[in-house]
Amino acid sequence: MSALLVIDRLRVRYDTRDVLRALSLEVARGELVVLMGPSGVGKTTALRAVAALQSFAEGRIVIEGFALEPGPVPPESRLVPLRRRVGLVFQGHALFEHLSALDNVTLALLHVLGKSRIEAEAAAAELLNSLDVGARASAWPRQLSGGEAQRVAIARALAPNPALLLMDEPTAALDPARRTALGNTLRRLCEQGRGLLVATHDAEFARAHADRVLALS
Amino acid sequence: MLGLVTSLAAQHPTSRVLVWGGDAEGGAPFVEADPADPSRLRGFDVEVAERLARGLGGRTARFVQVQWSNIDQSVERGDFTLGLSGVEDTPARRARHAVTLRYFEFREVLAVRPEDAARIHGLADLRGRRVATLGATIAYDLLIQARDATGLLPVSYDDDVHPYGDLVAGRVDAVLLDHVIAQRALRRRGGSGGGFVILAPAVAVGHYVGVLARADSALRDSLDVVLREAMRDGSLEQIFRRWDVWDQNQSALFERVLRSEGGATASPAGSHTAAQVVAYLPSFARAAAVTALLSVLSMLLAVIVGLALASGRLYGPAWLRALTTVYIEVIRGTPLLLQLFVIYYGLAGVVRLPAFLAAILGLGLNYAAYEAEIYRGALEAVPRTQLEAGRTLGLSEAQILRLVRGPQALRYALAPMTNDFVALLKDSALVSVITVVELTKQTAIYATNVGSWVVPGALCAVVYLAMSLPLARLARRLERRWGGRAA
Repeated sequence: MSALLVIDRLRVRYDTRDVLRALSLEVARGELVVLMGPSGVGKTTALRAVAALQSFAEGRIVIEGFALEPGPVPPESRLVPLRRRVGLVFQGHALFEHLSALDNVTLALLHVLGKSRIEAEAAAAELLNSLDVGARASAWPRQLSGGEAQRVAIARALAPNPALLLMDEPTAALDPARRTALGNTLRRLCEQGRGLLVATHDAEFARAHADRVLALS
Repeated sequence: MLGLVTSLAAQHPTSRVLVWGGDAEGGAPFVEADPADPSRLRGFDVEVAERLARGLGGRTARFVQVQWSNIDQSVERGDFTLGLSGVEDTPARRARHAVTLRYFEFREVLAVRPEDAARIHGLADLRGRRVATLGATIAYDLLIQARDATGLLPVSYDDDVHPYGDLVAGRVDAVLLDHVIAQRALRRRGGSGGGFVILAPAVAVGHYVGVLARADSALRDSLDVVLREAMRDGSLEQIFRRWDVWDQNQSALFERVLRSEGGATASPAGSHTAAQVVAYLPSFARAAAVTALLSVLSMLLAVIVGLALASGRLYGPAWLRALTTVYIEVIRGTPLLLQLFVIYYGLAGVVRLPAFLAAILGLGLNYAAYEAEIYRGALEAVPRTQLEAGRTLGLSEAQILRLVRGPQALRYALAPMTNDFVALLKDSALVSVITVVELTKQTAIYATNVGSWVVPGALCAVVYLAMSLPLARLARRLERRWGGRAA
């Protein structure tokens, strides 16, 4: 199976401190890889580097042939291929507060992929339905529960149909039942041929749902 | 301390000093600072005051500076005993205050540019033209009447110098003022080649009087005795001759005054007040509309320019950031009044802006600096993860600003913007200095003419409150709904 994501000896520095040193990992299509470790160990930093929100000092990141090199983050105009390949679900979901759940999902479909409003809304509704939040399409983010908001955030990240989905601490605000449901949802995404890289300190979740676990320390 | 002494002296009837008030900004030949010794005053009204003081048993005259349009109010307040500075004899003034004998007769004359002199012979020829004068004067009332009758456009000034400057510059087509003022303006501009001519036929005739508090009618009677004496013994004529304002009309006036010796100065009853209130309502409504329109258009300009400034400051290259910062700091660090003067009078050599446009520009560009800081703060308050979420979806920076950052920042900015609009509404009163008659200016004119601030002031306050209270409520509601929540 060819690797969707290759991280090779990644090193990230904040000022003079190494946050990540020589991190290497691969994620294949259909695979759910978990980055484990306590808070502050650099899990979020690794995801941000892959999503080109964070520069890195050494190493190399390749996503389906698109390579990120050390140095400052390139301008957005040069990141278009990366943005089509990678989706990110933020910790705390970061939904757009001024848009309804449906409009959060249609935003990229309308303004990045150039779909018509009818097409975009149909696709967004389908995504929300598949994640079991179709009934909440017209709700504002502040009206959603933690679990609902997270599923809307997943739908938003999946809207441009990325091959690789990054998730930062997805279980932080979920009760055990919701955690299991989330695990099942993520497995389903893997079965669709996506690769998932999940940062968490939730060992139980990792044991139950990951194909591979990479412990950072 | 000086003010206290002055007002004590003003209220003390047995004082050896006659405290009189006038406006030295009005200048010669009425009252002006002596060019040879600016600490001294000179002018025919200065000498009339001195003559009156001498006639009251050898008193000395002491001068108090007061804005010309506030002479009546100040004399009632007791700031000085006698107001004397080209004070016009009007029925309203007689009804409200104690007024002396008429001591000078002036003609209201039109001044026009030389090329118009052949076509314009009176107010009737000025249909659709802009005619300037000093606010709250007989001349202004004449223009208001003519506006309704002939359709000319009155333009009110706070001083009697700028109307002639604007006439020469082409901003107005005629000036209607006292012949004394017109002749002085012509002399200052170098006589007949000064860019305008004075039309010989008088539009109307008026008189200068002294004004005292209503309660001071006994002193007024004494002053009338001194005035008659000064007319008889020729001292008043000498004063007017010294200042080159003596003419046949004055000797005729003196004769009329001396013939009616002993007769009390006519004081028409104050029954016209209620009628005056009603008569002023249309101009009042018009002025309120001017204030509302001016505020809305200025705010619109402030929002557009403010957005451009904030964007420049946040997204621009270093030189643009520096430039916008300089603009914002200079505008916020200097008085709006100064900015209005610079735009209207200062730039007149380069571009001659109509007053209303200059007012919109002045207010709008001033408030833009404040708006820019509100927008910058609001844009910076949008959490970074919201922008990053936009980025990971593939939105460009411009799309993020338009679709995510802008709409969210607007929520933070709406409440302070509404507060700014209320402030602008009130600051719009300042534009009267560049001849725009808005609500406050109209109120001042109205108050001067009826001789009281009570009714006009209350009416004016009600109109401002009617405009600002709903906005203040809106601001509070917006603040409750959006102000405290992080996006």
